Amino acid sequence: MTPLSADSRPRLARKARLRTDRLTGETLLLYPEHGLVLNASAAAIVRLCDGRSAGDIAAELAAPLADILDFLAALGDRGLVTT
Amino acid sequence: MSRPYVLVAELTYRCPLRCAYCSNPTEVPDRPALATADWQRVLGEAGELGVVQVHFTGGEPLLRDDLEALVARAAELELYSNLITSGMPLTRERLAGLAAVGLCALQLSFQAARPGSSAAIAGVDAFAHKRQVAAWTRELELPLTVNVVLHRQNLDEVGAIIALAEELGAERLELANTQYLGWAHRNRAALMPDRAQLDAARAVVAAARARLRGRMELLFVLPDYHADRPRTCMNGWGERYVVVTPDGRAMPCHAAHILPLAFPDLRACSLASAWNDSDAFQRYRGTDYLREPCRSCDQREVDHGGCRCQAFLLTGDATAADPVCDLSPHHDLVVAARAAAADTAPPLTLRRLRLAR
Ligand code: SF4
Ligand code: SF4
Repeated sequence: MTPLSADSRPRLARKARLRTDRLTGETLLLYPEHGLVLNASAAAIVRLCDGRSAGDIAAELAAPLADILDFLAALGDRGLVTT
Repeated sequence: MSRPYVLVAELTYRCPLRCAYCSNPTEVPDRPALATADWQRVLGEAGELGVVQVHFTGGEPLLRDDLEALVARAAELELYSNLITSGMPLTRERLAGLAAVGLCALQLSFQAARPGSSAAIAGVDAFAHKRQVAAWTRELELPLTVNVVLHRQNLDEVGAIIALAEELGAERLELANTQYLGWAHRNRAALMPDRAQLDAARAVVAAARARLRGRMELLFVLPDYHADRPRTCMNGWGERYVVVTPDGRAMPCHAAHILPLAFPDLRACSLASAWNDSDAFQRYRGTDYLREPCRSCDQREVDHGGCRCQAFLLTGDATAADPVCDLSPHHDLVVAARAAAADTAPPLTLRRLRLAR
């Protein structure tokens, strides 16, 4: 994945699916052989990975852009978001 | 109380391939297969119990013509469904149908990087068809995992296997060294690699992993008999996985059928009662049952003493330390097997062909 910036437009990869856990109510991000439990802020970011820019996501969530980019990069390493 | 996250649904033991490393039982119980409605009920019970991923596997799950109905049921339940397949027999039309009813991902097995070496291991020339299946998978935009079981006969091809997976557009490549259970145990001497071969393969994998980061996930499951300490088998007995056999038995691990335990029959009880209350699931849950040297070992909570099935297969006692561990009093069995494999390479015994029930 190319380095991320405020203009990157992350989208959730085809292999990743979001759902709510039946037992705990937490948000799960499922992909082949794995599942991540997302905390509330991570879940909010992932829900906005619909093609809008990382800068817009940061504005929408009133969160520091650097945090958003770090988290998106970690997801990118796992192939979970594409830009 | 623990909950299962993954249901391994072994839909049938039938398979058109005859892989010499197959971990299916060498003798299959003569009990009728679970019906479609039973499998659909089991999927529902799994969802209620906390399962979020289901692997449809076998044998060859495509040999069941109700696979579509089961995938659809999984989708209804929001279970992430993986089809674990040899790709035989599959048409593009059927794969498109499976994607349409909600299949989430496909895991395709290859036996080696080339047609000839593949056929020697699988007993069938399936290579070209598998390539075709991979291409359809990409066309249909399904995530593709390529799975190759590694052993003495294909470890030297590992670089070519990685190149094949890249060329096929796989998002994940699983290189799993053989576990010596089922047919693989019978073929142990022919399948066991030597140390130099393994070290070379490991170096190739490490270099490729760095290069492929973010594009293809590369998993290399360490070979058991060459490690000094055992793996945490299945993340612990009855901790995260539940396996259901073609005839409807619930087990904590796909190899557990060799153990002298009464595995709960899902025709007669629910998955929840199998998981929570059955003797078979409670027997080796946690670490309380472990004896020395595990009982006083600081690795106890990490590896749970290794694989129960391997401990039983090699020592006759399922509560023993996995003999792979160099602290096990039976570790000499593993050392001897390694040495025997190093100086002989007997021919492979292919798995018995099994197309009928
Ligand atoms: S014979 Fe090969 S393809 Fe068939 S179930 Fe066994 S390992 Fe899988
Ligand atoms: S002694 Fe038992 S717990 Fe300790 S490392 Fe060996 S198998 Fe694991």
